[in-house]
Amino acid sequence: MATTVATRQILYGQAINEALRQEMRRDPTVVVMGEDVAGGATRDDQGMGDAWGGPFGLTKGLLAEFGRERVLDTPISEMGFIGAAVGAAATGMRPVADLMFVDFLGSALDQVMNQAAKLRYMFGGKAKVPMTIMTAIGAGLNAASQHSQVLYSFFVHLPGLKVVAPSDAYTAKGLMAAAIRDDDPVIVCNHKALFSVKGDCPEEEYVLPLGQARLLREGKDVTLIGMSRMAMVCRDAARMLEKDGINAEVVDVLSLSPLDEDTILRSVGKTRRVVIVDESHPRCNMATDIAALIADKGFDLLDAPIKRVTGPHAPVPFSPVLESAYIPSAERVAATARELLD
Amino acid sequence: MELSREKLLWMYERMRLIRDFEDRIAGLFAAGELPGFLHFYAGEEAVAVGVCAHLNPDDFITSTHRGHGHCIAKGVDVNQMMAELYGRATGACKGKGGSMHIADVDKGMLGANGIVGGGAPLAAGAGLTAKYNKRGQVAVCFFGDGANNQGAFHEAANLAAIWKLPVIFVCENNGYAEATPVNYATSVQDIAARASAYNIPGLVVDGQDVFAVYEAAGEAVRRARAGEGPTLLECKTYRYYGHFSGDPGGYRSEEEINEAKRRDCLERFKRQVLDRGLLTQAELDEIDRRSKEAIEQAVAFAKSSPLPSPEEVTTDVYVRYP
Repeated sequence: MATTVATRQILYGQAINEALRQEMRRDPTVVVMGEDVAGGATRDDQGMGDAWGGPFGLTKGLLAEFGRERVLDTPISEMGFIGAAVGAAATGMRPVADLMFVDFLGSALDQVMNQAAKLRYMFGGKAKVPMTIMTAIGAGLNAASQHSQVLYSFFVHLPGLKVVAPSDAYTAKGLMAAAIRDDDPVIVCNHKALFSVKGDCPEEEYVLPLGQARLLREGKDVTLIGMSRMAMVCRDAARMLEKDGINAEVVDVLSLSPLDEDTILRSVGKTRRVVIVDESHPRCNMATDIAALIADKGFDLLDAPIKRVTGPHAPVPFSPVLESAYIPSAERVAATARELLD
Repeated sequence: MELSREKLLWMYERMRLIRDFEDRIAGLFAAGELPGFLHFYAGEEAVAVGVCAHLNPDDFITSTHRGHGHCIAKGVDVNQMMAELYGRATGACKGKGGSMHIADVDKGMLGANGIVGGGAPLAAGAGLTAKYNKRGQVAVCFFGDGANNQGAFHEAANLAAIWKLPVIFVCENNGYAEATPVNYATSVQDIAARASAYNIPGLVVDGQDVFAVYEAAGEAVRRARAGEGPTLLECKTYRYYGHFSGDPGGYRSEEEINEAKRRDCLERFKRQVLDRGLLTQAELDEIDRRSKEAIEQAVAFAKSSPLPSPEEVTTDVYVRYP
């Protein structure tokens, strides 16, 4: 599943940009809307249009190619514009709404939770909401508690929403494209600490299917399951464990909802020991969800209790020394894996 | 409008301290000494100071992500502020909040806020407490032109109006919500015009003139203390730095920034008080000197302060748990 063909290396952020560009070329009903997705509104004639392309540059350059009819800067009105994206999706458009930081979900939650997620069901299948919400998640940039949350569990919990969490440039481009083409509302969770990471990424158009995890590494002694940035932390932990002669298999979840149960259970069946790594807070998170799945459908596969490595039950602290202690580290994952093998 | 010498000295001292604090940390950030993200208030000093000049320690303010000016105007200790930016245990929030969350509740400073518009309902709530206490306290909500389009602001304003809460909504219209100009994002030319939607008074104020702010805020605070309800003040101002430390810019011209600097609130204050013989150059120079000293002391204090210990990650989540 993982690509082994050497291609060019681009930044995660560039991969998202390419996917957006590719989909906007392909389908004229795809529009992008959000705060400063271009920037400099009303000043295009002064050369100030597209001043930002988003705070992380994910949407930079789209204005020049597609114009302000398809790249819409919005006021700071999440309930308004995310709701407008829902309404536009339900009436024939295919909008991509940029929730700049997932922490701003609070301002928009009704439109996501009670509208986007439920219109199809409530209307007996007679509506569809083919929208995408892309949002920056995660800690690691010292952005403090209101700009560092993960929160994908909130979305996964809601029937009607789909949720993906790419972990590198390759999966970012493929999953972003898939999300846009999907006829259901899809939340694309982009970890902000991954934006500056380069990865192999094909130049051509491609789509990765939702509902599929991938193996980052094959192994036989223990399964490390990670998502978003934590998939890379698991990969790093596996390298550490290799030095101790422990051969870890790494599963990158990628699609949180729908979830690839088969890949997860197959790996646990192979190694019989599992550590699930989730940057979220410990209560009701993805790790807990996956642990319950394994305990239920994979009970006979296990030779040891299921272990979860997560953030603590606390908001994300600001001070770098505290934030580093907060985020699950490769060392902590490796130590947990070693305990399972003692 | 008669202002005592004491008040004039206080105004200049606070504005100077804010400016020096912001300029200093901009340099520290550029040198890689400060983690995270900073949002500089330089240029907007007259608003925080002109308003807070009317406030007592038991009055409340809510703030924004651009909160250092509000903190200093409300009397938060600059040593603790600097230590917070350095993420030290001696910081105002023990290093756990950072720039966007500096608070000092005992001084009525209900925190900088990382959520645009997040402070508005909080200010309404503080107004509710103030009304309940019947001691004449007021709550000031500082918010920006960006926040004026957030639902939270509208709900808070309406709530304050129907309950006649002692809240002063102070909009710091600096012309930009991040990289987006206000004339694009906001349906009205003057945000103060939105006050009529809540049936409350609304005024446009020159936010780069501390005396203009002081006068308008004085009346709004008087109204609030007298139980006459909320007011919306729109202070037209300007931020000299970008939205945040690391803002790539490109959405406003150098000429525009320089034009705003020609109306600098500190320079205008000095000219006015000197022309009218209210303060002397020597007094102003002394304040300048002491301000620089205070900032350097704050940096030294921060740098020599201990880091928080990792156990602090899980403290202060609850008062009691389970």
